[in-house]
Amino acid sequence: DEVPLMEDVDEEGYGFYAVRKAEYDDTPETAKKEAEKLYYPSVTSVNAEEKAKILHDKQPRFLEDEGFYVGTRPKISGWNVNKMENRLIKELHREKWFGEDGRMIVLPNPLRPTPSRPPIPEEQEPGLEVQYRKAIMHEFDSRYIDGSLDNAGYYQLDVDINSLSFSHHHLFSREHVLATRLSQLYEEYMDRQKKNMAEYLSEKLKALKLSAVHLKDHMAAKKSEHNYADRSNFQKRLQDYKDEIRRARALRDKEEKTDRLLLKAIIKTWKDIKQQREKQKFINTPLKLQVITEETNKEFDLTQWKLEIEDELEEMEEEATEIYNRKKTEYEEALKKHAEQVKAKEDARVRIHKRSRKQSTKGSRASLGSKASKHSAENEPNPEEEAKDQEILNEPEIEIPDKPEEFNKEQARKDIIAKAKEIRRRPGEPKLYPEVTSTQPITEASKCPRGEQQRRNDVSKCEMFLKVLFNNKEVSRTSSKPLTQEFKLNFGQIFSLKIVQWPESITYQVYETSGFGGEIICEINSSIPDSSVTSQSVQLENLDFSSDHRVNHGHEGVGSGVPFSFGAKNEGTETLYTTGELRCSVAWAINDQGELLVPPSTQEQGNMFYAMRKMDPVTAIGAAGVVDIQKLAKWFEDSRLDPNDPANADLVYMLKSKGGESALLGPKEFFRLEQLQEEFNFCDDEAIDENKRFRLIYLRDSEVTEFKNYKMIPLLDRDIPRDTFAEYEKKKREEEKYKEEKDIESHRAAVSKFMQRVREQVIRRFRLLAHQRRLEDVINEEAVPNIALLGTSVLKLTERRRPLRVERKERKKVVPQTIDNVKILININRAVYVPRRVAASRGGAMTAREPDKAVKNIVGETQVQPFIEVMFQDVFLHTEVGDGPNPSYNEELEMPFKAPNEDYTPGNLQTVTDNIYLNLFDQVLIDIQEDDRQRGTTVHQRIEKKWLGGLTIPFSTVYFNGKIDGTFKLNKPPVLLGYTQGPDEEEGTSLRSNEENTYLSVFMTIEPPLQPPEPMRERFATTEDEKLLQYADNWEKTLNAKFSDREYKTTVIDVNGKTVFVTRYFKALEPPPDIFGSSDTEVKKMEVVARYVSMIPSVSDSVVFPGLCDIWSTCDQFLQMMAGDEEEHAVLLANYFLYMKKITWLIIGKGIPEGPTAYVMTEQENDYWIWNAGTGEHFSYRDSYCPLQSISCLINAENIWANVQQYEKPAQMNFDLSQGASWRSFFTRSFPNTGIASYQPERLYYKPTNKNAVLDLQEKIETLLKNKIMEWRSRLITRWNRHCTQIMRKLLPVLEENLGHSPGEQHLAELESTFSAYKVSGFPINMPYNEINPIVDAVFSTRVHAHDTSDVEFALAVYIHPYPNDVLSVWVYVASLIRSR
Amino acid sequence: KMSQSSVFLLMVGGQIESAEFPDFDDIYCKYCFTFGPDWLVTSGLDEGLTQVTKKSRDDRQQFVWNFPLDITFKTTNPFGWPQLIVHAYGIDAFGTDVVRGYGVTHVPITPGRHKIRIPMFVPESSSQLQKLTAWILGRRPEYVDVRVLAQGEGREVTRVRSQGFLTVSFNVVMKDMKKLGYDVIPSEMSTSVIPESVGPNSGGTTET
Repeated sequence: DEVPLMEDVDEEGYGFYAVRKAEYDDTPETAKKEAEKLYYPSVTSVNAEEKAKILHDKQPRFLEDEGFYVGTRPKISGWNVNKMENRLIKELHREKWFGEDGRMIVLPNPLRPTPSRPPIPEEQEPGLEVQYRKAIMHEFDSRYIDGSLDNAGYYQLDVDINSLSFSHHHLFSREHVLATRLSQLYEEYMDRQKKNMAEYLSEKLKALKLSAVHLKDHMAAKKSEHNYADRSNFQKRLQDYKDEIRRARALRDKEEKTDRLLLKAIIKTWKDIKQQREKQKFINTPLKLQVITEETNKEFDLTQWKLEIEDELEEMEEEATEIYNRKKTEYEEALKKHAEQVKAKEDARVRIHKRSRKQSTKGSRASLGSKASKHSAENEPNPEEEAKDQEILNEPEIEIPDKPEEFNKEQARKDIIAKAKEIRRRPGEPKLYPEVTSTQPITEASKCPRGEQQRRNDVSKCEMFLKVLFNNKEVSRTSSKPLTQEFKLNFGQIFSLKIVQWPESITYQVYETSGFGGEIICEINSSIPDSSVTSQSVQLENLDFSSDHRVNHGHEGVGSGVPFSFGAKNEGTETLYTTGELRCSVAWAINDQGELLVPPSTQEQGNMFYAMRKMDPVTAIGAAGVVDIQKLAKWFEDSRLDPNDPANADLVYMLKSKGGESALLGPKEFFRLEQLQEEFNFCDDEAIDENKRFRLIYLRDSEVTEFKNYKMIPLLDRDIPRDTFAEYEKKKREEEKYKEEKDIESHRAAVSKFMQRVREQVIRRFRLLAHQRRLEDVINEEAVPNIALLGTSVLKLTERRRPLRVERKERKKVVPQTIDNVKILININRAVYVPRRVAASRGGAMTAREPDKAVKNIVGETQVQPFIEVMFQDVFLHTEVGDGPNPSYNEELEMPFKAPNEDYTPGNLQTVTDNIYLNLFDQVLIDIQEDDRQRGTTVHQRIEKKWLGGLTIPFSTVYFNGKIDGTFKLNKPPVLLGYTQGPDEEEGTSLRSNEENTYLSVFMTIEPPLQPPEPMRERFATTEDEKLLQYADNWEKTLNAKFSDREYKTTVIDVNGKTVFVTRYFKALEPPPDIFGSSDTEVKKMEVVARYVSMIPSVSDSVVFPGLCDIWSTCDQFLQMMAGDEEEHAVLLANYFLYMKKITWLIIGKGIPEGPTAYVMTEQENDYWIWNAGTGEHFSYRDSYCPLQSISCLINAENIWANVQQYEKPAQMNFDLSQGASWRSFFTRSFPNTGIASYQPERLYYKPTNKNAVLDLQEKIETLLKNKIMEWRSRLITRWNRHCTQIMRKLLPVLEENLGHSPGEQHLAELESTFSAYKVSGFPINMPYNEINPIVDAVFSTRVHAHDTSDVEFALAVYIHPYPNDVLSVWVYVASLIRSR
Repeated sequence: KMSQSSVFLLMVGGQIESAEFPDFDDIYCKYCFTFGPDWLVTSGLDEGLTQVTKKSRDDRQQFVWNFPLDITFKTTNPFGWPQLIVHAYGIDAFGTDVVRGYGVTHVPITPGRHKIRIPMFVPESSSQLQKLTAWILGRRPEYVDVRVLAQGEGREVTRVRSQGFLTVSFNVVMKDMKKLGYDVIPSEMSTSVIPESVGPNSGGTTET
């Protein structure tokens, strides 16, 4: 529309809006109104009057003066304060704005005057700076300090070479040689003079003498007072003094002699020099000797001299007399003995002579007649006596020592004087003090003869330098220095060696150059300085050196290594080699920062120490400058800081005293984490403990086994059943209780408690892990198809349809909630090689009458009528009765299964420990017809069951494997009275080894299939090398891709929940030495060891550690816990075999009935034996009845070999481990085994088993079983046959000796003949001892007691064979006896 | 019996009423209740499956089931209060059955009538490639056990995407709860009408 809707709207006024100027009412009225409303606060201070009003006319009070903390007022300009005060004063409640001091209340400035956060400096703190370094590979070269060449450590050695001086040089002239000798002698002299040993020793001698005299006096004076002990004590002391004096004198004499000789030598050498100088007519050395003489008093000397000599003489005499006396007594004794001996010998000779004469006369008489011979026998010489006499004669003659000589005083005096003359200054002789100076002017070269000139020339031409060798590599050399005429060189050079290798040697080589080329004179080795030797603290040291370097000169130089003489007068030549001294030092350098550039002391330990030094708390504190808290407190007190000042709050808090006394501000001794936690606690722990309901909830939450699945916890405390905790508390109490008791059973119980504790600990550790989910646990996702999968699915499309071909379909697993009515389906196919009854002629009235349907042999008797009875959770089911030794059943039995607490979750199911017992019985019909007249019309029989063998399969095995299918060997008693096994003569088959055993073909599964527990896939904490684990992962993965159903094991979990590499479990361990007994052959020994291992009870891991499979305990843990599953048994057995120097592997594979399991394999010549460690049996690998069905890998300490062959049944496999096509080894050339240390203990310790306790236990079990049997047949009377029991008791140890094998036909025949009057049926049962209950169960399951008649007798014997370490083999022999009619 | 006095009852009636899944057709639902160890179903079904329903032809584009829920619980302990888990499935373009959404809600803790709108989500494929194959093969990732939804544990590993909403109405009746000391209704409004409450409304991709 173009027409506006409202036409009357114009620009101005009447429209909806208009724009105008703002209006301002500027009238005086406005100003007046403003004045009423507004005011301008004054900037002058509030007048006192107003203030007084505020304070209600009270005096202002100044808190600060009274000692209160008021804080500092913030700085505000006076005007502003005044303005504010003026403003406030006009307010209604003005009082509250002003303080008691009349001023406005002002809070202290909340801001600190300085920023509380210190400015961050531009440059980094020294010591905190970070440097970029490239990552380095650590080369394991021990020569390098930091492991490699280019590593960063900066280590420096400072080598200081100061000077070199020769004590002989080939350019020495003769005079030089002498001069050197003189100066050496003089040095020695000065040295000795300084020590002045002679003087010291004479003083000592004097003192000793004095003491001795004192002692003698003392002894003489107090002789009467001392008793015998004291006297001997003093005597001894005196003797000690005397010895000491003698020693001191000898030493002094020696010293004096040396001094004197030295003095003589100096003077002589000096004379030689003078002579030499004269002779050669020039002077070569500046040496000059002056002898200072000191006159002495001859009289005094003489007396001293004499005194000394007399003294010594006296001592000597004393000593000699003593020796003389001792020797004399010895001599006299010897003389006496000698005389006795001579006499004895004479007597003996006489006796022998007499006897021989007698003998000869007798001999002649004896020939005369028998009567005489009888007489002579009486007078026969005693051979003993004769031998004695002979012995006396043969004794070595006692030597007569020389007669001791008496002390010759004169001779001794002469000796002493001679000695004194030699070593001592004679009386009146002046004392001589030589002094060597270097003041002799040297003859100028021009005045010397030619030879000397040449020599000097040579000397000045000669130059020398040193090479420094570090670890036999030259690192630096000094500059060449000319040799001075004094044969000294000054280098004064310091070399800094930056080193990367550990210092092994530091060597200097001395080179001499004259003209061209250098010649090595010698090598000097220096020691590596200790890490504490630094360049600041080091002292120069003198290193002597010598050289066998030969030089000959034509001039005056005497050469080196060549003989020379001092001229015609001194005949005899001398040969000197170049020798000298090097002054040098080696030390660790210190850098500008004052740090010591020493590498960490040694490699392994050193690193740790170094790190520790760095972590030293004291230095750490020192470096950080943190003050001692005590000091801080002191300072706080001293500086009188206001403790109420909030600015000091931190300090005050830190120093707050515990006693609350503010004057004693001490440091706090603790700090608290989460100090507010208590405030949030719903109630305290005690309340939870007391409240049954809370406790129940708490225990359920922490998944304690007993309460884990507790349903419907009552709301009220009173509704909770009183006995809820009874069991739990009992268990806890028992844990305490078992600590004290000592007998075997309670030890077992204690061990199981220990295991329980380990289990709980492990479970607790894993609970967290178990609650961690992974994506696969939560979400079901299709895997991305790979080419192979696509290919097969494409192929499937083109595949021919074969509707008649039956394909196995996976059974669907059932979710736990919907489960009820779970059954175990047991399909029993057939049994083979069932033992047959022994013919009736021997067995008595056993088979009086047979039903018609029974197949009879030629004699017309049934061989056996076996049937299978299954027992599980106290439910019995049995098959039809079969016939003959190879019955066929094809029967399916449905066994109901009840899970504990009706909880079918995997977590609960895997803790089920129930066993499925399959027992093979022979049904025997016994005619009990009383009246023969009725025989035609009535059948009256009793059915009896005879146990022939059994098989126990744990429920867990069925559960984990899903199904069990195969032919199993029945556990058959070694002795089965009344039955025989072996060739059936009628059929004429030959006996094969496996016919000794009975086999049963069974298929077992659970219906509906239960969800197996999820294996733990989490990677556990580990101490293994990451690289190794990664390699292991890869290795497993690639192999699993090819053989998905084979289990390749590289790592296992130990009891601490750590991942451990599997080869660590192998180590030769010594089996208990006393188990071998009489076993001699190697094989027998191995069997004994296997039996020992098999007698350790078996408990499945999944039962021990629910939810965690595959925990391997080490052998010592295994022996301690006395329980473990196949792995532990196998590992222990393998380690024992290793100790016995067998080539042994552990087999990881599958067996029946246990499923995934571990066996042991040993190499026997041309054969491989497979050992079942749980039963102690062994099989050849070719044995088709071997329970091991497949081999996945072999493991031993060196390697793991994975089976990559087509077949996995042992009999079909090739065991040449070196063949790559058959076995893939873990460690290869490209990934070698770098020596993985064993995880096993050094050795195993076995404690001996308490024999008495074993006997007690044996008795206990026997009584218990007897009572049980009576209880089971409570309707009837149970009689015990003592005689039979006795015989059984004797038999059982024999069985143990035979390692559970049958003791042989003969033995059985004996046994049977003993009981010919009875019909005996019974057998021994053998099992490892763990608890009593399984024994009772085993006896019960054999149904021996099930004789529904009173005219039966029973026999029961129990024998426990103790092996070391409480390993017990329990034998129970039960039998029923029926008197034959 | 002695436990008679310390038990309270929770009766839940109601309906799985309708849902909104803008991108899909043909949806059916499965539901189940989860509850703690102290709870017991005394009557009614704790699991069920609805009929398949198609989108309404009007603007609202709703799937309507009006599937009745009726269950009674007995319990001693409010711990582990029942939760309703619903998971919806539908046929995709290739005719395969595909999960369309999971949702969970507690049974209201106050008596009365409640209407709850539950966001429905599905787990995401863990990679783009898997997403593609999942789409082609019609096998989307699904929860192994839907009970995971009723607890916090294990949720952190999943990535989910919201796909729609589902409306459930509850009629809750309780017996003896107050007697046992659990007072869930404010005293002043014990008699007043409780308004319909609406569940969390957040849409889009939620990442936990």
